Amino acid sequence: MKYKAIDGLKYTKKHEWARQDGSTAVVGLCDYAQDKLGEIVFVELPEVGAAVEAGKSAAVIESVKAVADLYAPLSGTVTEVNEVLLDQPETINQDPYGEGWVFKVEITDQTEPEGLMDKEAYEEFLMKEEEA
Amino acid sequence: MGGKHYFPLTDQDRQEMLSVIGAASVEDLFKDIPESVRFKGELDLPPAMSEPETLKHLQELAGKNKHSQNMVSFLGAGIYDHFIPAVIKHVTGRSEFYTSYTPYQPEVSQGVLQAIFEYQTMICQLTGMDVANASMYDGGTAVTEGAIMGCGATRREKVLVSRSVSPFYRAVIKNYFHSRGLQLQEIPLRDGCTDREQLAEMLGDDVATVVLQQPNFFGMVENMNGLAELIHEQKAVFLVAADPISLGLLQTPAEYGADIVVGEGQCLGVPASFGGPVLGIMAAREKFVRQMPGRIAGETVDSEGNRGFVLTLQTREQHIRREKAASNICSNEALVALAASVYLAVMGPQGLREVAEQCLQKTAYAREQIMALKDYSLTFPGINFKEFAVTVPGDPTELNRKLLEQNILGGVDISSYYPELQNTMLFAFTEKRTRNEIDTLVTELEGWK
Amino acid sequence: MRKTKALLFEMSRSGRQGYSLPPCDVPEKPWEQLLPEPLRRSAAPALPELSENEIVRHYTELSTRNFGVDTGFYPLGSCTMKYNPKVNEETAVLPGFAGLHPCQLPETVQGGLELLYNMELSLKALTGMDRFTLQPAAGAHGELTGLMIIQAYHRQRGDHKRNRVLIPLSAHGTNPATVSMAGYEVVQVPCDDRGLVDLEALKTAVDDTTSALMLTNPSTLGLFEEEILEMAKTIHEAGGLLYYDGANMNAIMGYTRPGDMGFDVVHLNIHKTFSTPHGGGGPGGGPVGVKERLVPFLPVPLVDKQDDRYFFNYDLPESIGKMHSFYGNFGVVVKAYTYLCMLGAEGLKQASTDAVLNANYLMNLLKKRYYLPYDRTCKHEFVLSAKPEKKKGAGAGDIAKALLDRGFHPPTVYFPLIVEEALMVEPTETETKETLDSFARAMEEISTVIDKDAEKVAHGPYNTVVGRLDEVLAARSPVLRWQKA
Repeated sequence: MKYKAIDGLKYTKKHEWARQDGSTAVVGLCDYAQDKLGEIVFVELPEVGAAVEAGKSAAVIESVKAVADLYAPLSGTVTEVNEVLLDQPETINQDPYGEGWVFKVEITDQTEPEGLMDKEAYEEFLMKEEEA
Repeated sequence: MGGKHYFPLTDQDRQEMLSVIGAASVEDLFKDIPESVRFKGELDLPPAMSEPETLKHLQELAGKNKHSQNMVSFLGAGIYDHFIPAVIKHVTGRSEFYTSYTPYQPEVSQGVLQAIFEYQTMICQLTGMDVANASMYDGGTAVTEGAIMGCGATRREKVLVSRSVSPFYRAVIKNYFHSRGLQLQEIPLRDGCTDREQLAEMLGDDVATVVLQQPNFFGMVENMNGLAELIHEQKAVFLVAADPISLGLLQTPAEYGADIVVGEGQCLGVPASFGGPVLGIMAAREKFVRQMPGRIAGETVDSEGNRGFVLTLQTREQHIRREKAASNICSNEALVALAASVYLAVMGPQGLREVAEQCLQKTAYAREQIMALKDYSLTFPGINFKEFAVTVPGDPTELNRKLLEQNILGGVDISSYYPELQNTMLFAFTEKRTRNEIDTLVTELEGWK
Repeated sequence: MRKTKALLFEMSRSGRQGYSLPPCDVPEKPWEQLLPEPLRRSAAPALPELSENEIVRHYTELSTRNFGVDTGFYPLGSCTMKYNPKVNEETAVLPGFAGLHPCQLPETVQGGLELLYNMELSLKALTGMDRFTLQPAAGAHGELTGLMIIQAYHRQRGDHKRNRVLIPLSAHGTNPATVSMAGYEVVQVPCDDRGLVDLEALKTAVDDTTSALMLTNPSTLGLFEEEILEMAKTIHEAGGLLYYDGANMNAIMGYTRPGDMGFDVVHLNIHKTFSTPHGGGGPGGGPVGVKERLVPFLPVPLVDKQDDRYFFNYDLPESIGKMHSFYGNFGVVVKAYTYLCMLGAEGLKQASTDAVLNANYLMNLLKKRYYLPYDRTCKHEFVLSAKPEKKKGAGAGDIAKALLDRGFHPPTVYFPLIVEEALMVEPTETETKETLDSFARAMEEISTVIDKDAEKVAHGPYNTVVGRLDEVLAARSPVLRWQKA
């Protein structure tokens, strides 16, 4: 398995992850996505207090030759953003599931959106993506 | 057949190549074009000419024109007859520069990339801004895309533009804005300058960008004092279109609080060329760099630590951001920017200042002489840099026709752009105009009517 | 071969002068009177101070650090890097052209107007369109002009629901960017397995919100869109218009015309097809041609003739207005006009013939070692995929660097997006067979090196004045100007 996925997170088909903790969740980019993007040079973070909608773009991640939207896995209000990424965007490459977290949301819609996968389902999805 | 000397393939080459391809004739290679759209017959173009014949034809066409070398020109309105040092065309004429393309492969494009980096630096030095791009098409599109940058940065849709900004620039802004549904409002004139009170009233939290020009279209130096504060109070963006030569002397837009500076760089060693190719200058404060359109060169190192230059922040651009790009600009005016860099290097701070001073003095001298003529008046009293508006005692076109007889290209008739200003012309006085030439103009003006 | 080069600012020495100006010969006024202190800049601009000879040496050396078409083979796909004839350079700088001010009285610029008028006639004949504007200053500028014309057409007919433009997935980046700039929404149309626009998908995507379909033909894969008439019919029946991106015009001159394929609006790139030099990124020119029903919307002014006088015609009440302060890049149009004068109908057709012949020949040589995803007759360019090489450790970008070491400019890399590890090769008609052969040999050699030592290729180039540059650093910590320490 070339790309990592870890326990305790939910995953989207667009390679974002969410770690839910009661009414809040931490959101970030998956290992697969950071690898495909290449070395990340800039992150456009959402504003604290902004509303994000599941499936819509919440942040923009740039490498030298590519731009990718980070689509919110869950709907809610942004409570915190990872300011480390402003000076060290490469943290996402180095530790996508840990120090490279992007933002935190206060979840407004407790009904989980469709398409959120657990680790096993995501790993299966990843294998199919790689074969293509 | 015309242009044979540009086609190196011989018939033997063609035969050998076709046999490698496995085609009987070149016709086979065009079989994928359906019969229904195949062009039959010959294209209706004039017969091809040899090089000497072509040169003769073009010389004949050029010979039908009057121009700044066989006439004395007082034309301005954004395009000026400034001195062009001989060095420039020897630099831009080096074919390693002019036959190269966009420096996407930086290791073999260090010439162009370093030249762009130096150009960007010099534009920042001139304007007081933090960053500059590699060029836009001209002053008009630079102002327009700058105004749009302000909309992007503030997420608002209304732009205020002074009527003292060139009508040519305003026409382009109007067109682009109408297309994509952005709003344009014009700030009225007062005595030939922006009406500051009206501007204050028009400002609100729905305004994205305020666009002013310095010196303005009438050649006047406007009072920019306190405007930045007013504009920034509303969190709007302050954009100034500045004359690059004037920046040899005048306060930089940075000094009076501008956020974005654009301009027409034709006055920096570029021939008028009937209005193109010219040079759109764009520079801004650091915080706007990611909204800035166009190419930008940046410094970096290679794996051995050698300094080098690359196009950078490319994710702003169309080839990466595609439909989310701030602008679609791809090819710009690179070679013209190179000419401008050479000009600025040749002039240096001292030379640029001397050019600007001569413009100021000669304009003041001409203004005094013309104001002394009883039938002519200065349309707007104020401080002029290298140009001013004159109200003349009759039809400007007739006056210009009379001046032609003395090999003079007279001023620009601006009445069609400002209906309230009938019989009004702009006369420009660059460092190239001699006292003799100015005196002759004044004599001719006096003798008319 | 590594060699660094100082910046002008590093060479600058206070007191050096590079300029020569006459003294001011008018009686001078005190300058507090002319320009009070508060209006003056507080410090002189920190421009460099150099003598003329240093400046010349500086730029001469910079030029040796640059590769142009005059240096060697430059097969950048989609750019048409053909030879730039020198006679074009002579005509553009004639004082009777270079010294023209755009606001001169029309009777003083009859030669300039005649040139523009003649140019329009030739472009009409070449493309089968009804009228042209020469105002757009680049291809992308032409695209925006064309879309604005189409937009004006629909709006004038009261048809305000058309807010979408269709473009193929293989389109050049300027296409979707232009669509957004004009306030439209982009709808992507996929390609089929032959690399052409998927006709069925197109038919499904077209509806009464479609303003236009933007196409280039041949496509960015160098393949002719054989179903073009059917595509034109589909769009027109739905009330939309068909736009031609003329970037690939070099493939079809004399063989077919966009006007005959059903296109309503066309832009041409005169710095591609008509041999004007690329200038390191410009200036270019993007003339736009339209069919009769769109003529009222063209930007003003047009160039017309009455009796024997040429004039600027501003009498187009429905014109979109202006795209440029003046008339576009006249000096570049002079070069293109010169080229058309020299080539004539036969020469232009020969250009396309040889361009297509060279491309097919080179394609057949290269496909022996490289993967060619669309293995059939191409037009003026073709696309290889370096996916197999990437798996061995060196992809399209690395192959490009290896070509730099061997004295060639590489093809376009990573475009079009629909081909992985794309190498888009466009030789043009102005290359000899020997050049193509030696390029093919170099590519074969690189392939061999990748088999043995991909790492080496992945870290080149080695023979250039600088090595592979750190673009990540340049983007993460941008340094966009020199500053005094």
